[in-house]
Amino acid sequence: MTAIGDNDRRLEKYRRMQRIRQFETKAESIHAAGEIPGALHTYAGMEASGVGACMALRDDDYMVGTHRSHGHPIAKGSTLRPLMAELLGKATGVCKGKGGSMHLSDFAMGSLGETSIVGSGGPVAAGAALGAKLQGLDRVALCFFGDGASSEGAIHEGMNLAAVWKLPAIFVCENNRFGMSTPTSAAVAGVNVADRAHGYGIPGVIVDGQDVDAVEEAVREAVDRARAGKGPTLIETKTYRYRDHAVNMGRDLTPRGPEHDDWVARDPITLYRARLLADGVAEGDLDAIDAAIAEEVTDSLNFARESAYPVFEEAFDHVFVDRLPIPDDVLAHA
Amino acid sequence: MAKITFLEAIQQAQAEELERDPRVFMMGEDIRCNVFGTTTGFVERFGEERIRDTPISENGFIGAAGGAAMVGMRPIVDATLSSFLYPAMDQICSIIAKSRYIYGGQAKLPLVLRSCMFYGNSNAAQHSDRPYPMFMNMPGLKIICPSDAADMKGLLKSAIRDDDPVMSFEDGTCWMNKAEVPDDPDFLIPIGKGDIKREGTDITVVAIAGGVNVALKAAKQLAGEGISLEVIDPRTLVPLDRDLILRSVRKTGRAICVDPANRTCSAASEIAATIVEEAFEALRAPVVRITTPDTHLPFSPLIEKPLYPSVERIVSAARRLVGAVEFQSA
Repeated sequence: MTAIGDNDRRLEKYRRMQRIRQFETKAESIHAAGEIPGALHTYAGMEASGVGACMALRDDDYMVGTHRSHGHPIAKGSTLRPLMAELLGKATGVCKGKGGSMHLSDFAMGSLGETSIVGSGGPVAAGAALGAKLQGLDRVALCFFGDGASSEGAIHEGMNLAAVWKLPAIFVCENNRFGMSTPTSAAVAGVNVADRAHGYGIPGVIVDGQDVDAVEEAVREAVDRARAGKGPTLIETKTYRYRDHAVNMGRDLTPRGPEHDDWVARDPITLYRARLLADGVAEGDLDAIDAAIAEEVTDSLNFARESAYPVFEEAFDHVFVDRLPIPDDVLAHA
Repeated sequence: MAKITFLEAIQQAQAEELERDPRVFMMGEDIRCNVFGTTTGFVERFGEERIRDTPISENGFIGAAGGAAMVGMRPIVDATLSSFLYPAMDQICSIIAKSRYIYGGQAKLPLVLRSCMFYGNSNAAQHSDRPYPMFMNMPGLKIICPSDAADMKGLLKSAIRDDDPVMSFEDGTCWMNKAEVPDDPDFLIPIGKGDIKREGTDITVVAIAGGVNVALKAAKQLAGEGISLEVIDPRTLVPLDRDLILRSVRKTGRAICVDPANRTCSAASEIAATIVEEAFEALRAPVVRITTPDTHLPFSPLIEKPLYPSVERIVSAARRLVGAVEFQSA
């Protein structure tokens, strides 16, 4: 648990969860209106998992995430303007309009990618942890992946490499119960993903993914262990995705059962708000946070809307360090 | 200057760059035991932290090289044989080739991914690949493919100093070839610059990797018949030195592309298409590709050897091209 009296820290957890929720609520509505191109995979319901994990990290620690990428950068502390601008495909976006919704990765906050090939962040996180170790830095690398990704070889290879080399890595499986339309029970052998830690000789921890304090505590222990040179930990946050795999697809592909209502009843933000109130935080303070975030979201959307789209030449930049030449016939018709 | 083999050139390039830059380190399967002689004395000199034996986990350690590069290291990965790259296609294509682009330039991936093309030795289809063309089709990967020891050393050193990911395809048929190689620790061959290995006037032969040595033998033989081949080694396939190739074809009016890769969508195909598109007016005969046919490589030596580009196939094509012109102009 967070130390009693550490109010700022607790309010910050609430703030970041609320920031994710409101950012995505806005994004979903403007996506429905056609203002955001491409697919939009929202993190709603999973906020405590990302925020709890990132609050246990330092700003200079590394993080690798997934296609469900809106929550992780906000959890790590990114500001909203470059994220919203990226959703709209603008030049001021965090990826200059080249990544979009699935790749909201803010390297200034220690991110090394929100990668949309399921499981592909595992080796990257192991490599970042190796890089930190070789440079004598006491940074750690945290890899978010989903229950679906737990079936990918890349996740196994990343964890095995990190374990055999005792790298400062933390693997956080955000088990939201579905890989698109496939229930975890139909895709993942064994009861818990975390049980696989035993095979690597590393700690495997299961935590209530709707309880931001519990997630932070579990990840903090893993971070301490990693910084002390004792190697990686596998943590499974048991959580739940409220919305469809990608929103506004016309129909919900997720085969939900009666437990859906139980999960919604344990909404991570509502739960945390109740805990803060019970601990004596003034309701007005929380309402003020909600209102300030509503303004942040509006501001980010205004910023995104006013921003320019990238110039066509940008399509040829960042393939390599030096910009590629643009073929004449393409340029002539661009 | 010293006369050293292609393999010794690799060893020297790595040793010099490990010495020069503490961010450089090596990873690969069984590299400490120095399987092919490219890591001689490295563990003693640079220590086990920087010379790392990996699990048999290509996708894991090749992707880890990407992660390490993103946080400021400059890894050299020895993937052993080129077909061992296939388990790592996920990390090579989705992470290493694309991370700089998809994150709008936030990521930098200075890493070298080395592999040997170990063909012609009865190792059968799974161990004999020359797969550089499939990586030429993936933007974001620079590709070097040299044919002699000096180029190998100079290009590998440039690759290690380059800020982009570079794949080094090392042709096993060149391993024991010796050449004079400069000792200068800053001897570099620029990535993206080809080289004229033999000047000539009648036919441009653009040859890749081990194909260069075959082409040079053919050129020697044909000189006796009064047919003059100009042999060009692009040395780098991405970026490709198109200007050098086109200049030569505009001079000779004929072109043969020699490529040990399989025919369809080979480097030879790309070069031939470039010549036809850009220098059509200079051509006096069709552009010919001499490649390995689109079959796999069998184990049994008698049916394996004839599949690769050979002196005989080049000589015969050259005679045909020159004759075709004489026929047309008659």
